[in-house]
Formats: sequence, structure tokens, C-alpha cells
Amino acid sequence: MQIVTPELGLIFWQLVIFGIVLLLLRAFAWKPILSSLKERESSIEGALRMADQAKLEMQQLKAGNEKLLAEARLERDRILKEATDVSNQLIEQAKNKATEEGSRMILQAREAIQNEKNAALAEVKNTAAQLSIDIAERILRRELTDQPAQQQLVDSYLKEVKLN
Amino acid sequence: MKRLLLALLCLFSFSVYANEPTSTQEEATDKEAFSPGDMILHHIGDAHEWHFATLGDEEHGTHLTIPLPVIAYRPSQGLSIFSSSQLAEGKEYQGLKLEHEHLVSEDGSKVYDFSITKNVASLMLSAALLLIVFTSVAGGYAKRGTGAPKGIQSFFEPIIVFVRDEVAKKSIGPKYERYMPYLLTVFFFIWFNNLLGLVPGGANLTGNIAVTLTLAVLTLLITLFSSNKNYWHHIFATPGVPKPLLPIMIPVEIIGIFVKPFSLMVRLFANITAGHIVTLSFISLIFIFRNIGVAPVSLAFGLFINTLELMVAILQAYIFTLLTAMYIGGAVEEHHDADYQIGGGDGPEQAHAHAH
Repeated sequence: MQIVTPELGLIFWQLVIFGIVLLLLRAFAWKPILSSLKERESSIEGALRMADQAKLEMQQLKAGNEKLLAEARLERDRILKEATDVSNQLIEQAKNKATEEGSRMILQAREAIQNEKNAALAEVKNTAAQLSIDIAERILRRELTDQPAQQQLVDSYLKEVKLN
Repeated sequence: MKRLLLALLCLFSFSVYANEPTSTQEEATDKEAFSPGDMILHHIGDAHEWHFATLGDEEHGTHLTIPLPVIAYRPSQGLSIFSSSQLAEGKEYQGLKLEHEHLVSEDGSKVYDFSITKNVASLMLSAALLLIVFTSVAGGYAKRGTGAPKGIQSFFEPIIVFVRDEVAKKSIGPKYERYMPYLLTVFFFIWFNNLLGLVPGGANLTGNIAVTLTLAVLTLLITLFSSNKNYWHHIFATPGVPKPLLPIMIPVEIIGIFVKPFSLMVRLFANITAGHIVTLSFISLIFIFRNIGVAPVSLAFGLFINTLELMVAILQAYIFTLLTAMYIGGAVEEHHDADYQIGGGDGPEQAHAHAH
């Protein structure tokens, strides 16, 4: 029965020593240990969270870059298209202008030719008239003295004659 | 879940406890010159001197002992302090003498014995050991900050984290931090002293009912002082119990308050003491049979029990801490309807319990 009878002395010492150990360990061991553990855990957690955030940021950056690239590509396409349009337009314009100029020149030439022709015809007519008059004069010099009457007759004859 | 675990732990404890009566019976029937019963009781009991070995025979041999201070208080004569060597071999000193390691006065007056006995000396030793070990662990944290643990720090860190995460957090809940110092101190105190008790020549401190009683009372006090309204509501108006049954339920619940720490006290005491008794019984077999042939068998069994005791040392520390945490957890628990369902625990915890 002795071993199941608690002894006062041991209870006293157990209470005192355990109490001292508890207080000392709480102050000098458990508190620093537990706070260090907590600090370490939170720092690890923070680092993990930061890594996650960095990853997310990287992804965002990558997405942004891709978007920028796509935009640049679109811009390039647009500029190229514009340039092609402008060049086509220019060519068209030039072509139109050239055609216009050509036709204008042809028209001018035609006008000039007509004028020249008219002038030449007038001259030919005059010359022919002169010639005819000369000839007629020579013929009629002898026969006719009334030259103006003769000339009038020749002119009427000439008018009847169509040179062309 | 918790109750299942509790039942399992009780079963485990009683299976070891059951070894005790058979072994003592064995010794009681064997009354020769060598009395194993006396030897075993002497080994597991307390003493006023630290006895290691005796060279030669009991009467004339040399006793290798460390005398320890005797501190006695008598209301009539006051405090008297002297070395226990004055009381060796039944001698009388200052009107005091030892009767079966019990300090009595010659004139029969009351003596309060506050001696530094073998157990108290061992207690001081373990206290010093605990302080040295854990201040150096704390030193590791001060030196390395949040860096990776090293040396003794890396050995104890997983255990501290285990007590925090698996014992305190799971059993107590969000208010666990207040109880961490007590739980950690109790865990390492019991574990260290269990191991010191296994060292040859060591004292059987955690197998002493006074020590386990003190620890159990501390747990009871902490439970009662941290209890909330909800805890007392459970005791005096247990939910789900019809009103006419309350006169029966209230006494049962009140007894329950005290049975819990009582079971803590008996479990630790019985487990450690039984382990020592079984080991000593196997060794006694050699002397009972007076035959060297028994020695290998005795040693093999003794070694087996000793190895088992190494495991029991940490297991009992864990159980004491876990149950303390559960009792505190029950006292600080907030009202939850889901808690009325028994076995609401998760799978892995259950598997963990069966592993013991």
C-alpha cells in the first residue's frame, strides 16, 4: 500500500520544482521557441505568397507583351495596307493624268493640223486662184480687156470647183 | 472520435496494468531468503539516500550510496536538517528514525517530512536537465533566427511542432496558445523523467503517485480555471437529456470532472511502475531459481520489456499531454451543435489512434 500513498514531501517538492521549471521554461524556452517557429512559418508563407504573386505578375506581363505584339502586328498590317492603297491611288492618278494629257495633246495636235490644213488650203486656194488668174490673164490678155469682169467669172468658176 | 481514442488509450493502459498483480503474486508465494517483493518495492519506492549498489553482503559489505539531506518539520521542535547518513541502518538522530523508509519520531509525535529524497534529487536533476536542454534549444532560435534548425534544436523542433499542431491545436482549438507552455513542460517533464527512471540506478519518479497526483491536480486546476459557461452548462444541463434524468446526470458529470484527472494520475503511475515491476521480476527470476541458466531468458525478457518501456516512456508523455489538452479543450470549447455527434473526427486521426 505504500506505493499508492502519496507523500506530502514529494508533492511539495514536485509542486515547487515543477512550478519553477514551468515558469523558467515558459520565459526562456517556450516563448522564444514558439515565437521563432511562428515567425519562420509566417516568413515561409509570405515568401510562398510572394512567389505566387510574382508568377501572376509574370503571367500578366507576358499577356501584356503578347497583346502589345498583336497590336504592333495589326498596326503594321494597317500601315502596309494604307501604303498599298496610297500607291495604287497614286498610280491610278498618274495614269489618269497621263491619259488626259495624251488626249489633250492629241486634240491640240488635231486642232493645229486642222489650222495648218485650213491655212494650207487657203494658200492653195489663193495660189490656185492666182495661178488661174495668171493663166486666165495670159489667155484673156489678149482677148479681154475688161479684167475685173473676167476675174469675177473665174471666181465663180472656182467656187463651183471643189478641190477636195 | 475523441471518446474512441480515450477508450483505446484506457484499454492500452489497463493491459499493462494487468501485469502487476500477477507478478506480485508470483513473488508473494516465493518466500525464501531472497524476497523479490521487498526488493522490487524497495526499487520502485522512494528512499532518503541514493543507493547504487552493495559490494559484499548486506550486513558487512560496502554500500555505494549518496547521502541526501533530511528536512523534517515537527510542530514541537521546528525544522531539523541533517544528512541521511545519520539515519543509516536504523540509527536514530535528533529523535528521528527511519521505519521502512518512512521518517518517524521516537516519541510518536507528528513529523512532516520534506526531505530531499532520492525522488526529489532526481526531480531536481531532471529540472536542471530540462532547463539546460530547452534553453540551449531556445538559444538555437536566437542565434539562427528564422533559418533552418541545427543540432539539438533540429531534434526537438519536430516534437515541439507535433505537440503544438497535433495535440494542442487539434484538441484545444483557436485558444491553444495560452496552454502551450504547460503542455510542452508536462510532455517533456514526463518523457525525460520516464527515461531517467529507466537508467540503472535512477529514481522511479513518474511511477510515484505523489508526482502523478500533482500533475493531475495541476491539469484539473487549469481545466477548471479556463472553463467557460458552456462547460458548466454541459454539466448541469446536459443537452439532449430529459429533465427527470438530470438528478442522475449531474452527479455523474461532477464525478466525471474528478475521474478525468484521477485517470491521468493512475495511468501514468501504473504504466511506469508496472514496467519497472515487470523488468525487476524478470531479473528476480535468476535469484529465485538460483540458476545461471535462467539468466539468458530473464535478460532477453528484461531487455524486451526495457525496450517496450522506452516506447511507453514517450507514449505515456504523449497520452498525458493529449488528454490534458482534450480536457482543456472541452472546458474552453464554444457551443457547437455538430459536437453532439460522436465520431465526427476525420479519417487520418482515427487511423493514428489505431496505430497505438
